[in-house]
This record gives sequence, C-alpha cells and structure tokens, in this order.
Amino acid sequence: MLELKNIAKVAGAETHIHPTNLVLERGSLNVLLGPTLSGKTSLMRLMAGLDKPTSGSVWFDGKDVTGVRVQDRGVAMVYQQFINYPALTVYENIASPMRIKGADSATIDREVRKAADLLKLTPYLDRTPLNLSGGQQQRTALARAIVKNASLVLLDEPLANLDYKLREELRLELPKIFAASGAIFVYATTEPSEALLLGGNTATLSEGRITQFGRTIDVYRRPNDLLTARTFADPPLNTMQVLKNGGHFEIGGKPVLPVPAHLAALPDGPCTIAFHPHHLALASQHPASANLQARTAISEIAGSESFIHIEFEGSRWVMLSPGIHDIEPDAVITVHVDTRHLMAFGTDGRAIAEPAAAAA
Amino acid sequence: MNKTWNNKAWFMVLPVLLLVAFSAVIPLMTVVNYSVQDTFGNNQFFWNGVGWFSDVLESDRFWQALGRNLLFSGIILSIEIPLGILIALNMPKKGLGVPVCLVLMALPLLIPWNVVGTIWQVFGRVDIGLLGRTLHSLGINYNYVNNVFDAWMTLIIMDVWHWTSLVVLLCYAGLVSIPEAYYQAAKIDGASRWAVFRYIQLPKMKRVLLIAFLLRFMDSFMIYTEPFVVTGGGPGNSTTFLSIDLVKMAIGQFDLGPAAAMSIIYFLIILLLSWIFYTVMTSSDEQA
Amino acid sequence: MARINLDHIRHAYGEKPKSEADYALKEVHHEWNDGGAYALLGPSGCGKTTLLNIISGLLQPSEGRILFDGKDVTYLSTQQRNIAQVFQFPVIYDTMTVYDNLAFPLRNRGVAEPEVDRRVREILEMIDLSSWAKKTARGLTADQKQKISLGRGLVRNDVNAILFDEPLTVIDPHMKWVLRSQLKKLHRQFGFTMVYVTHDQTEALTFADKVVVMYDGQIVQIGTPAELFEKPSHTFVGYFIGSPGMNVLPASIDGSSIKIGEETLTLDYRPQVAAGAKTELGIRPEFISLSREGMPVSISKVEDIGRQKIVRAEFAGKPIAIVVSEDGEIPAEPRVTFDPAAINIYADSWRVGREG
Repeated sequence: MLELKNIAKVAGAETHIHPTNLVLERGSLNVLLGPTLSGKTSLMRLMAGLDKPTSGSVWFDGKDVTGVRVQDRGVAMVYQQFINYPALTVYENIASPMRIKGADSATIDREVRKAADLLKLTPYLDRTPLNLSGGQQQRTALARAIVKNASLVLLDEPLANLDYKLREELRLELPKIFAASGAIFVYATTEPSEALLLGGNTATLSEGRITQFGRTIDVYRRPNDLLTARTFADPPLNTMQVLKNGGHFEIGGKPVLPVPAHLAALPDGPCTIAFHPHHLALASQHPASANLQARTAISEIAGSESFIHIEFEGSRWVMLSPGIHDIEPDAVITVHVDTRHLMAFGTDGRAIAEPAAAAA
Repeated sequence: MNKTWNNKAWFMVLPVLLLVAFSAVIPLMTVVNYSVQDTFGNNQFFWNGVGWFSDVLESDRFWQALGRNLLFSGIILSIEIPLGILIALNMPKKGLGVPVCLVLMALPLLIPWNVVGTIWQVFGRVDIGLLGRTLHSLGINYNYVNNVFDAWMTLIIMDVWHWTSLVVLLCYAGLVSIPEAYYQAAKIDGASRWAVFRYIQLPKMKRVLLIAFLLRFMDSFMIYTEPFVVTGGGPGNSTTFLSIDLVKMAIGQFDLGPAAAMSIIYFLIILLLSWIFYTVMTSSDEQA
Repeated sequence: MARINLDHIRHAYGEKPKSEADYALKEVHHEWNDGGAYALLGPSGCGKTTLLNIISGLLQPSEGRILFDGKDVTYLSTQQRNIAQVFQFPVIYDTMTVYDNLAFPLRNRGVAEPEVDRRVREILEMIDLSSWAKKTARGLTADQKQKISLGRGLVRNDVNAILFDEPLTVIDPHMKWVLRSQLKKLHRQFGFTMVYVTHDQTEALTFADKVVVMYDGQIVQIGTPAELFEKPSHTFVGYFIGSPGMNVLPASIDGSSIKIGEETLTLDYRPQVAAGAKTELGIRPEFISLSREGMPVSISKVEDIGRQKIVRAEFAGKPIAIVVSEDGEIPAEPRVTFDPAAINIYADSWRVGREG
C-alpha cells in the first residue's frame, strides 16, 4: 500500500504539487489523468523517490520511505520515450534488473521467457532494440519493468509515442499483465479515453492538485466538480451558464431547458449545467430529451459517427451523433439534449446534483 | 528540471578540491604575500603595503604591454571567430568527409605550444625557412626579427593556424545538433542562406560560441610560449606582452615584489574582462 | 492552389532496387483534386511520410513524375514548388517574436508590409496568440509553439498545397479538438489543397474529404470516411479504421450462404469468389446487435468506456468485439445478429463484389 501524506512540492516560486493525500492499494491500477503540466510527472517522481517532497511524507506498507533512495525502493518506471540498452539484446535488456540483483541464471532465464511470452517478444529475444519497431521497443521496456518484480510500477504516458492501433492492442493487454503481477501500477495519461479503456481507479489532476480519486467509471459519471468533469471529457464537455427558475433553466429570462426529475431538488439560482457530446443528438433519443435551436459551425465525420460543432447562446458545443451528417456551417438546426444525463454545478464549481441515470 | 538529491556527491568531488587547493590556492597566496612585501635578500621581508601595486600601475611599461595584449586578443578574436564559423558551416554533415575533416581540424590542436613556436620560428626564417625564403624570392621584404609589422603578422598567423580549429570544432558540434526539420521548414518558408544562418544556425551556435570566445580570449590574453620562442618579445619591446614582461621581471631581474603585484593585477584583469564578456553575452541571450 | 498528379511514382531508399520488396513506396498513380483535403493514413513504416516528402520536394522519387496543375515539378526544389509544410515537432525561430515568426515566410517573398501585417494579425487571431505577438517564441509551451508552426503554414495565401506531417502529436486532447475544427474551417474558407499525414484515424477521418489508407508501401484504399467505414476494400482497412476494428472471421462461401464455424448466414447476393481463395467475413462491432435472439455467443469481458460498452465475446470459436450503447443491456443468455447490409466478404483479404 502506497500512501502520500500531505505531500507537496514547491520549486522556487512555482508550486508543482499542492498538498496531496492519496492511498493506492496493492494490486491496483491507478490512472493519473490530466493535461500536460498538470503535475502527473511531478507526482510520479515523488512516489518513486526521484524528488524529495517539500513537505509531507511517502509511506509504503506502513513504513515511512520519504528519505529512502530510489535504488532501495523497489520501483520500476517506464517512460514515453523507449528507453532500452541499445547494445544489449532484447533478452539481456529484460534480464538486466535481475542481473543487477544477482539472480542465478536459471531463474533469470525462466523469468525472462515468461515476461517475453506475456508481451509477445519471444521471436525477438536475440535482436537488439534498434532493430525493433516502436511497439516492440516499448514492450521490451515494459517487460523489464515486470521482471524487476517491483512493488510500485510507474508508467509515464507509455503509449504516447506509439501508433494508434499498437496503442489499442497494448492497452488491451496491459490490464491483464497488471492483474498478474500484484504490484501497484500508476499510469499517467492525457487522454480520457485511455483512462476509460484501462479501467481501474483514476485520479484527475489539474494544476498540481488531485481534483478527484475513485473508480474510473465513477469519476467519469459522477464528477465532484466542474474541473474534474472537464478534465475527464473527450470530446470536450458541453456547458452553459443558466439560472434555475422553478421547472426551467433560463438564460436571459428565457427558458431554455426543462429541469429533469433528478435535478428537481436543486435550489433556484445561477448554476452551470453540463453534459457529454453523446448526450446531444440530431434525433430525439428518449422521451426525456429536450430540444434546442442551435447554429452549426463545422461538421467532422469520423466513419460511423459525426462530430458537429454548434453554438448555442454564446456557448460552443460538440455533438457526437451516430451516422454521417455533413451539415453546412451557419445553418440553424434542432438538437436534442438527453436531460437524464445533465450535470449541474454551483457557482463555486462543486457538483450540486448527480445525473439520475448514472446513479441507477 | 528537478534533480535527485544525494549528499554523497560531495565526497566524490573532495579529491578535486584538495588538488585545486594545492595547485592553485596555495601558490596564489604566496604570490599575494610577495606583492605586499619587500626584500633585500637573506630571506628577510619587510611590509610594503600597496607600494608595488602603485609602482606597476604608474609605469608606462605596464600600460604598453597591456595595450599590446588587448590589441593582440582583439585581432585574433576578430579573425578566428568568423573564420571558425565559416569553416564549420562548410564542413560536410555526413559521409566519409566528416572524419577526414575532423582529424584535419584536430591536428594543430594536438601540437604543444613550444613546438608550434619553434615550427613557425624556423618556418619564417629568411635564411633557411620555407616561408621566409619563398616570400623573399617573391620580392617581399619579410623579416620578423627586425620588422615590427612582420613580427606581429607572424604571431597572428601562427595563432590563427593553431587555434581556429577549436572554434571550428565547437561550432560544428552546435551545428550538427540542429534537427533536419529546421532546414526543411526554412526552405519552405523561402528563407535566404543568410536568414538560415541568422535565425537558425547562429542561435543554435550561440552557447558554444560563447565558450569558444571566452576560451580564446583568456588563452590569447595569457599568451607566452609562442612569442617567447619566435620573437622573444622583440624587435625592441614590440611583442613584449604582459606575460613576457612578467617573466622578465620575476626571473630575469628577480624583482619578486613588483612581479607579484603585476601578476595579481594581470589575473584580476582577465577575471574582470571574462566576467564582463560572459554577462553581456548571456544577458543578450535572455532578452533576445 | 493546385491539382496534384502522382504519375506512376515509386521510391526505393537503396540504390538499384531489385525486387518489389526493395521499394519503400510501391507504385502510386493518382490524381488529387484542386482544393481537396486528403489524409494519408497508415501505421509507421507504411510509406506515408515518403509520399509526403515526394510531394513537398524534400525527396526525389526513384521513378515517375509529380505534376502540379499539369506542370511537371519532379525536379523542382521545395521553394520552387511553392508549398507550405507543418512538421511533427514544432519548428520555430526562437530568437524572433511570435509576430515575426509568422511574418517570416511573407517577408522572405517580399510581400508589402501592410499586407504582412493584415495576414499575420488574422492568423494570430485564429491561433489565439494575439496577446503573445510581441513576445519571443522561446518561452512558449509545446502546443503554443506548434500553433505558430501551423500559423506559418497558413499565413501565405498563394501556396499550391499545405502539407501536414502528424502536426497534432504534441498537442493535448482538448486543444486537438479546437485546432482540428479551425483547420477544417480554414479549408472551407480558403480552399487550400491540403495533405495531412497521420496514424490517428480520428484525425484522418475528421480532417479529410478523402482518406488515403496506406499499408506496406501501397495505397490500399482511397475513399470518403463513410466508404472506409462501411465498405473497407481490404481487411487491413477494416482493422485499421474503427475502434475496435472490424471483426474478420474465416468463412466458407457456397453461393449466397456463408458458413462460420457451425453457424450459417444467408446473403441476398452471391459474392464473387474465385475457387481456392481464402475467404473471410467482415462485420464491424457497431453492426452486431446483442439480444436474446440470433446466434449464440459467450461473453468474456465487458469494458464500460463511458459513452458505450465494448463487449469482448467468443463467436463460433473466434474472438469478436461488439459495441453496445451506454444504456444498452447485456442479456444473460446473449445471442447476436449481424446487420446483413453491413457484412463484407473478403477473398484473399480483398473485398469482393456481387456475382453477375
């Protein structure tokens, strides 16, 4: 179990990590999700012991390891860049952490072959990394992290430099590999879809703060605040600022949307309502849908579905609609909002009611 | 970027600190002692305060030598830096030419100072030197032993020959680190050869050029061996640089006090000028 | 703006290629329309960057010609071709201000200063860096730098084509949405001929009118995003486009009946299959419906990815993926049906049409 107790990192005038508490269980997969410079790497470096926290402490299995050197901690790290020993074969690359520990050659051979098998590297064991594709190089780095038998494995955007399809394949395999090892995995990414595909737990980060931590799908469905909801949305979250007045949300005195049942208890007053692009559609998906007149900006077609960028009362939204729709810009169209999935946030950004469908 | 902290690192540099203490700090302190003392032999020393310093600073001899130093450094820097950049720009970036050029460039750097001096001393001699005879047979009246201009030319050409390679190698290292995409983008943007140099190559070479400039300045300002071997400070005092004057004073005349004072002043001048150059060059780096 | 003709182009990096395998780019022969937006899509090493460099003039093809508006430009330099290109990693002149960076391509071509100012301000507005105009480019973040690179590509309005080499690699997901729709808007506004290289299907499909899918040095299909999705002409296209990719199942074909393992399907046409060919059936996960009726499957895993669920299952002894909507239910005794209109038949990996 890894515990960060009130840990913070300040470098000069800049605060990299605001005081943070986090508990990661053994055998868990934890995603750090946030844009570039949100503090993912800084947090990982603190977990690894590569950086000394300005305040607070790091505990591992009930012991304070704050001052312990990274070499003595049982940490493995995989980076965005493919880092391998260029002169060694794939076999020796994977074996290297065990050679350093002084394991006997029979154990090494067994472990290397097991890891190579798991990561589909068996045919390439005799090659050197530079003769491999990017995907195979990163698999080698992953295999090395696995044979190290570390209790904490940190992966810093490990798939970012890979082709889209290779990413998809590895993403599918990684959770299985993680499950087999029993270590604590921490995985940093900028992509919400990657967090969702990996599952496990997610901590959303913004400007050096963890905004929420919990089961990935729960964080996605029930964000505590607007910042988390925005961080965890791709395509971007659609929002608008409204005034709740009885049974309607109003903009400038005009009712724009009915208040759905799950938000009925919301007090009257200003708030921000938000929903994901796939809850906005050209055709009514559900009796609870409400329609709006919006102006189109641009349509993008992505095979089976279309992203239609629209403007409504000064807000810019994206609609993810199934099927192919090439709508001319500047056309006024009717769009349907599935109000069952509306989220509402107070003026302070905190969530004030949860979507009913997700709570079910 | 944050760095890993490790207090053991101090242990590792301890031997170097000790070595520096013995080889630099202790001799320097001895010199400082001499500079404020007078002696009449028999190892008897008297306190002289800043007497030697004011003597040195009031002597024409010192100011003339300093002037020669500044002139010499100025001339060789204004030749070696542009010439070094020019050669580096025209060196091949890939293929067999690279190692050949690099070895050719490194050759002069591998020759010791006094040998360089001796080579040029012989090379330029009017009676047996290849250069001297050739110039003579072309009808040019060249003689570095009794013509001031010829002596300076010889020293300058010799220094340029010996040290331009250093500038070339440093600039070349800066140039090869520029990604190919920059050149491609510049082509597409329709940049001229000059614009590519001004906006891509020069900015990337800036740091190495700063190092080259400082190294060449300090080295040339402290020049001793070559003029000592070739001209011995002559004709007259025309190539007597501070270093040569210092040695004459200290070892030739055994005036330890004035020599010590002079060497401290010399040291401070180099330190001050290097600091000025460094600040000016790095501050322009930040503003630009 | 120009029409681009790729006339029997082939390229090999080594000297004297002996066999077909020595060519990094196998024969390409196509005409690309003036003002079209094309994406070159494929995995790394498929030859897409080679083709882009041939178009930009950074590389000369081993064989064939390239024409802009009917004019042979094969031996013209990059400058002479008058194109703009944006690279994968930001290329900026870091001693210049943001403004001067954008003005650079125009000033190099002797554009009058009032016109330079007008264009640069327009682009600054578009890439949302107006307030940075007077600052040096050095201190910017990676995506701001890349926006400048993009801006430098867009600032000239007389270019024959604008080429993009994976330009959004260093950009954060949220910013990608913004930049992509801006590019699209510009394309509509000015009608540049654009060629965009990427390995990311979403970028390719959303950007382009026509997507050129490349694999192993060959163009395997050129089509609209809808064509690539609905009728992939090669199993590679089916796999590469779509997430998850198309399910490809070995099938034996007899007239209009298709046999997969123990299951039999009947099409309303007879696929044109030569005897002895390896035959497969392709169906996208989006076109399989999971309910209590149809053919039996066993579910191995359900991935809830928020807006939809990906069901991993075993069908006739083969793994398949099924996409179920966010609110869709997964029955206890699941069965599947394939949308007959969405079934494609492949012989030796190439899609086959109807017989007769």
